[in-house]
Amino acid sequence: MSAPQNHPAEPRTIGVLGAGRVGTAVGRQALKAGYDVLVATSQPADDIALMVQIMTPGAIAVTAAEAAGSDIVVVAVPLHKYRTLNPELLAGKTVIDAMNYWAPVDGEIDDFENEDRTSSEIVQAYLARSNVVKTLNHIGYHDLEVDGQEPGSERRRALALAGDHQDAKELVSRFINRIGYDAVDAGPLAAGRSFQPGTEIFNGSHTADQLRSILAALREPARA
Amino acid sequence: MELGAYSFGDTPRNPDGSLRPTSEAIRNLHEAIVLADQNGLDYFGIGEHHTVDMPASSPGTVIAAAASATKQIKLGSGASIISTDDPVRVFQQFATADAVSGGGRIEITAGRGSSVETFPLFGYDLSDYDRLYAEKLDLLMAINSSKTENVTWSGTVRPALDDLAVVPRPVNGRLPLWLATGGSAPSSVRAGELGLPISYGIIGGTPSRFAPLAELYRATAAKAGHTGDDIKVSVATLGLIAPTKKEALERFYPGWYNLNIEMGKLRGWPAPDKRHFLAQAAFPGAYYVGDPDEVAQRVVDLHGHMGHMRHFLQMDIGGLPHEHFLESITLLATEVKPRVERLLKNR
Repeated sequence: MSAPQNHPAEPRTIGVLGAGRVGTAVGRQALKAGYDVLVATSQPADDIALMVQIMTPGAIAVTAAEAAGSDIVVVAVPLHKYRTLNPELLAGKTVIDAMNYWAPVDGEIDDFENEDRTSSEIVQAYLARSNVVKTLNHIGYHDLEVDGQEPGSERRRALALAGDHQDAKELVSRFINRIGYDAVDAGPLAAGRSFQPGTEIFNGSHTADQLRSILAALREPARA
Repeated sequence: MELGAYSFGDTPRNPDGSLRPTSEAIRNLHEAIVLADQNGLDYFGIGEHHTVDMPASSPGTVIAAAASATKQIKLGSGASIISTDDPVRVFQQFATADAVSGGGRIEITAGRGSSVETFPLFGYDLSDYDRLYAEKLDLLMAINSSKTENVTWSGTVRPALDDLAVVPRPVNGRLPLWLATGGSAPSSVRAGELGLPISYGIIGGTPSRFAPLAELYRATAAKAGHTGDDIKVSVATLGLIAPTKKEALERFYPGWYNLNIEMGKLRGWPAPDKRHFLAQAAFPGAYYVGDPDEVAQRVVDLHGHMGHMRHFLQMDIGGLPHEHFLESITLLATEVKPRVERLLKNR
């Protein structure tokens, strides 16, 4: 987890929207990897400064607008609040959707119930001008800070990512790699179905090879 | 350091694994509380759950019954799901139990709960989740801190109270009122800002990782000008004590397995993994399963990180045989507690 180099295509600043268990874990892991981390919630920046200072030491408490200026914006708010995100602020940005629709735990949400699309496709439709990449949704917030290893480590854990924007996926892949995980491209955003709650990928911990073979097996029936 | 237990009620199982009547779970729970009191345990919490395998849906009722059958133990909810209940009724039930107990032993712990089953049960809309919790907590605090029987309050989630009596009043003026949280930072901020004691439910991972949350809670309370006895931390974890570590693991695992199968069906979890269980059931994991020496050492170790004044264990899950529950409660009160006191004194 070496520090990011000063390369134009290399993300340097990570904005985190949400200071719950997932948001603070992602923020800490990004700080460990040497990123600048900006954290925002629906509260004014001053009101969350103490929380950010203690929970993600080194990160800066900002407004959502400031966080949206980051190279990558990680959305880690409760899914039922996704409409509190501002699509204008996030237009043109690479956005990681780390949220899940998990009705038995969080309750049913009208926008996501009786829907054929994955939760991230619905989020992408709302953030119409953002480049949404689905990932970080299928690793526990405890594990995120424990399982990360240097690139090339034996049996390094991998995380899947899905999105419709290739440049955004490449940016996010670098980020995932830097914070300790192999990144495996699962395909377009709709392919994120294969790592939503209840799936084999969601429930387990896998290497890149294992992820690729699970994803390949899932694609197989479609070809037949 | 106070030691205690908490339970959501645990419906006993037949040898074939099928569930016995839910009423037996409540009777067993009552018996366990009485035994805990007799053995000198400090605290017993009743969590509000509404499932067939965890049927302690009415903590106030269990606590009122226990209040009349016990002498010294503190009794509280762990937690009362106030979002989907009427704070007036919750307060009245607990204040009534307080009167029955003689006063000073009854506490309310307010929380969101770890599941959302009360929303359909009581006809609430989950999209109101945050507003329901914030307003109902505000009302509960207003009633509890009222100097007189009559309370005035208004909000959007419940009809206003315009100088209406909410009785009985607690014997000591007000009831200890805690906030329960599973460990999100904003909840720790909320408790600190409100000046309420906080109770962390730690169900997995490494418990010492909650230390920054306790620090955040205390720093927020200090910044808000809250000092004194109400600024305190308790910790709830899974655990079981037996004469030996081997017995503790053997006794706790089947119930843990059953619980995870049941929850897994509801929540789409994978099959329970014994390696995961064994990792969590040893230092630095989240399950306080062991002999009295090990559990005492681990409680004291966590105290070094959290500075908590109470640690209480959920033992009866997934059909734990009742005699093992009772033995664990007895060992916690008579064997673990003196060890914890000795270790803390010698630090």
